Amino acid sequence: MARPGGAAANLVRFTAAGDHGPVSSAPPAQPTASGLPDSAGAVFMAGLRIVWRYVRNQPLRFTLAMIGATGYAAGAVGTAWVLGAITDRLVIPAFGDGVTSEAAAAGAAAIIGVGLLRAGSILLRRYNGGLTGLRTRVDLRKAVTDTLLAAPMEYHRSRPTGELLAHADADVQASTEVLDPLAFSLGVVVLVAFSLVALFIVDPWIALVALVLFPSLALLNRAYTNRIASLVARVQVCLAEVAGVAHESFDGALAVKTLGIADAETERMRVAANDLRDARVAVGRVRAVFEPAIDTLPGLGIIVVALVGAVRIGAGTMDPGGLVAAASLFGLLAFPVRIVGFFLQELPRSVVATGRIDGVLAVPPGPQPGVGAAVPPGPVALRFDHVGFSWPDGSRVLDDLSFSVAPGEVVALVGATGSGKTTLCELAVRLMDPTSGSVQVGGVDVTELDPASLRQAVALVFQESFLFADPLRTNVDLTGELSGEELAEVAGIAHAHEFVLATPQGWDTPVGERGVSLSGGQRQRLALARALARRPRVLILDDATSAIDPVVEAGVLANLRRSLSATTLVVAHRLATIRLADRVVFLADGRVAAEGRHTDLLGVPAYAELVRAYERDADGGADGDGTGEGLS
Amino acid sequence: MSPDVTTEELPATAPAGAIAVLRRALRTSPGLLRGVRTTVMLALFGAAGRVVVPVLVQQVLDRGILGEEGVQVAFVAGATALAALLVLAVMVASRFTYLRVVTIAEETLADLRVRAFAHIHRFSVADLDETRRGVLTARVTSDVETVARFAQWGAIAWVVNPIVILVLVGVLTVYSWQMAIVVVVALVPLLPILRFLQQRQLRAYDRVRTRVSQTLTALSELVMGAGAVRAYGIEKRSRDRMETAIDAQYDAERRALLFVTSSFATSDLAGAVVTAIVVAVGVVFGPGWGLDAGSLVATLFLVTLIVGPVTELNEILDQTQSAVAGWRKVLDVLDTPVEVVEPTDGVLLPPGPITLRTDHLSFAYRTGPMVLSDVNLELPPGAHVAVVGETGSGKSTLVRLLTRLADPTEGRILVAGIDLRRVDPVSRQQRIRLVPQDSFLFDTTVGRNVALGRLGAGTDEVSAAFADLDLGWWVDQLPLGLDTPVGERGDQLSVGERQLVALARAQLADPGLLILDEATSAVDSVTERALASALTRVSAGRTTVSVAHRLSTAEGADLVLVFDGGRLVEAGHHAELVAAGGRYAELYGSWLGGTREPPASTTG
Repeated sequence: MARPGGAAANLVRFTAAGDHGPVSSAPPAQPTASGLPDSAGAVFMAGLRIVWRYVRNQPLRFTLAMIGATGYAAGAVGTAWVLGAITDRLVIPAFGDGVTSEAAAAGAAAIIGVGLLRAGSILLRRYNGGLTGLRTRVDLRKAVTDTLLAAPMEYHRSRPTGELLAHADADVQASTEVLDPLAFSLGVVVLVAFSLVALFIVDPWIALVALVLFPSLALLNRAYTNRIASLVARVQVCLAEVAGVAHESFDGALAVKTLGIADAETERMRVAANDLRDARVAVGRVRAVFEPAIDTLPGLGIIVVALVGAVRIGAGTMDPGGLVAAASLFGLLAFPVRIVGFFLQELPRSVVATGRIDGVLAVPPGPQPGVGAAVPPGPVALRFDHVGFSWPDGSRVLDDLSFSVAPGEVVALVGATGSGKTTLCELAVRLMDPTSGSVQVGGVDVTELDPASLRQAVALVFQESFLFADPLRTNVDLTGELSGEELAEVAGIAHAHEFVLATPQGWDTPVGERGVSLSGGQRQRLALARALARRPRVLILDDATSAIDPVVEAGVLANLRRSLSATTLVVAHRLATIRLADRVVFLADGRVAAEGRHTDLLGVPAYAELVRAYERDADGGADGDGTGEGLS
Repeated sequence: MSPDVTTEELPATAPAGAIAVLRRALRTSPGLLRGVRTTVMLALFGAAGRVVVPVLVQQVLDRGILGEEGVQVAFVAGATALAALLVLAVMVASRFTYLRVVTIAEETLADLRVRAFAHIHRFSVADLDETRRGVLTARVTSDVETVARFAQWGAIAWVVNPIVILVLVGVLTVYSWQMAIVVVVALVPLLPILRFLQQRQLRAYDRVRTRVSQTLTALSELVMGAGAVRAYGIEKRSRDRMETAIDAQYDAERRALLFVTSSFATSDLAGAVVTAIVVAVGVVFGPGWGLDAGSLVATLFLVTLIVGPVTELNEILDQTQSAVAGWRKVLDVLDTPVEVVEPTDGVLLPPGPITLRTDHLSFAYRTGPMVLSDVNLELPPGAHVAVVGETGSGKSTLVRLLTRLADPTEGRILVAGIDLRRVDPVSRQQRIRLVPQDSFLFDTTVGRNVALGRLGAGTDEVSAAFADLDLGWWVDQLPLGLDTPVGERGDQLSVGERQLVALARAQLADPGLLILDEATSAVDSVTERALASALTRVSAGRTTVSVAHRLSTAEGADLVLVFDGGRLVEAGHHAELVAAGGRYAELYGSWLGGTREPPASTTG
């Protein structure tokens, strides 16, 4: 493609300014998703309202950017004017009567002068225009963060993780990218106005050429973005498909090998790769038509100007300098006109993304924190009093359920998958509030408890243990209050100390991408240590030892039994865990079906059957097991 | 695999390195050179067309307006008409240049992607472990993309811009060679400045990327760890971290913005400075150098045209480096030798249960110690064998070797009397089947996942496989039966249900040797019962080797093999081994302690 170095490079760098790095020059995809008003006019108005809302919060930066944009318009017209003047007063005389070196220096100084004006205004415009966008992004990200942190657990559960991450990341980016070309675009309006005035001063006929040329350039540009938008979106889809195939196929590399389907997988990749190729070539076809055309149009304008100019100069109504000025102005205007197109193209994306962000910001905060009440000192009871719970969609999980765990007692919660065990655990630490009834700790309704007091007294260990991308120490000691001995003690109880010490930097080893990767059982042991670090008076284990090797698990449970004075509710899937308990609560269909000692409950047929299944499943754990990690 | 395939490196490539990569690339993809002469000719024409407008301005001024005969409208009309034609011709030529470059580049890349993908699937399982998968996925996605991005812009700029610069300097030289020297000399100081700004800008963007990923880490903590954050009341900590990350990202982005803005303003100013020099020098010395007013004005226009390509070449230098680095990584993948080489004229395995023998079987990963040492086995056809041992005892290595996911370092494996390395791959994949702990399901339907078990299997055969395992009822209670989607990695099904699908898959293949790696996770009682009966049925009439996590499996096996430290330390029936009081008895003891009611254990 014939790239006019300057213009194309400028466009590319322009788009790079708001992004995370030098990016390709392909125009971004137009939104294909819904969420847009029906008519283009309504989208435009909605877009302008959003832009105004963002800009209003950054008055200083936006004003500076606008001053820069106006300065740039003046500089651009000034450049053309100076070149015209120099042609008439310096260049033409130089080849006639000659000019003084002072005059030559003055001419050069004038060019550098307008050059400095232009460069200065570019700095002002782009830096401040960029900051307008960056600062808006900071504000939006923080607002989304606050909302997500305050949002009820039900909200988090009801959305895919990817969607929530996208709100604070991609949506914020997409909603504000329109701010990057904003100042320049508004400046272009000024620039075009200035230019037309300047051209009229030079010659009305040449101004007429401009009046034909620039709208055509704008229209051509519009046609280009319209034609290419869906094609670029298609490329994105194809790219995602290629990545998806690669990801899934390598993820299942073992299955691919053992099933002998490598050829079929390669064929799948070939189809995806060829689709991507075709989509890219389709984009290329459109670009190959429009890019050279858009590049050529100003040149054609200058050619017409040369013809018109020669005629007008012949008629004595215009100077050769006017011709030079007009030609140089045509060259200067070509790129800015494209920026307006870029702005218009970003507007609908911004409308859609802002709509999504507003949706998040409107999420009401989760349970109101209780005020004042503290968990009474000493061992406390945990009581579920006629508790019912339904999801926002109406599906019922718990139904008028009551039982209590006496101070210092260990109760095992047993029930089939989906019987509501996890929900029950989460109600106890007030991740959610029951739809009816109440949960009490030490006789106080948890909704009345001061959150700090509740968190201090009650600790929940999840089945899926979430580890922070932090050193191991901080993952266990969340508040940084534990001494080395205390850390060693809680880790010892959870059988976590040994493997922690075996990591490269011991307690300082980071977890996650840049650190160690831990097995499921190791993660659970750390999570358990984390809960113990709080010295909880009520400990709730939601199947928290399921991935731990049974031999190790037995040790952990024995340690807990020995060292723990806390009131404990433990969701059990194994006999060993059930045996740890003083008493068993058997849950079925969101209700307490039976409670009592394990041996007594064996008389309940449903319970006996479930426990027999556990016994058949008397299994080993996946803790660091080579076959589990390396082969599946 | 050579180590550089999986290690990320900085895209720092010496020019010599770039040329070496280009040579390798041309060897790998000779299609790149298809029609290259025509493409270069078209580019040359397009570049030459860039000077049409300035030359026209010069001609019109000198000969049409400022000439001795005054304004020559006819000449101007002729010249502008010619120029218009030329400009339009250049437009068309540019279109073809671009299209040719893009088409060839995209074809090459699609082919490269597919070949790298196919080659990666030939790597041994050790090279495809969890830590390397991400990198290998990057090879066929983001690394190829760096080349694709380059093909869309950089490659064309490399073809067009040097030609443009040469043609522009050439025209300048025709006007006045002295002026051409002035322009080139005036432009030279721009290069190091642009280079400097570009380098700083790239480093700034590196920092931005780091900060962005830190923001994402902080963000994922408060989304994925939403439960933990709330349960432990550490909202404030999460908020502080997120805000710190957002602010740090802002600082990095602001810095990068400053460099982008500076280099943009600098190249704009450079254009003004060179123009000023040309004007000053031109009006003073021009007349002596044979210039006239028109050619001096044309020179001014040419100067503005030359700054653009110079700036652009500077920018694409770095893009080129990352493209070269990306390309090299992909080529390295293709050049990686395959460890498990399939026989060209493989022997087919016979039908029916397969006898299994190992002779002094030993294995070590490339640089590691022996993980399996001198294992000698002889299993009669139809035997049900349980393999037990702790983590790292060599169980999983044995499974890998039996399924030829890797080849023994020493010794050999004989299946039905044939060395496993000589067995035809298709026959091996059908007759020897592994059911791993957590079977991988593809993001499609239950039926299609099972159909993968045998090439060309239809719905009837899939249904039959489920029926054989007495799992027809399970399929019937699925929302859409065999057409029920399983979700990504099968996550719409429970672990136990995925296992059922895997067993049906194995049943469909009708293997003679079945290797079962038992699941360990708790499953609900209904699925548990279904699994147990399906396992019994799938094992019937087949030689099975089960990596046992369940006591009952070991108890019920014909033979228990006990591994410890990579060696086969005990072999025998459950009762014999318990009585012998060795390693197995020890394992059995801790198993019992953890999982059974003591009185219940006697009955088994």
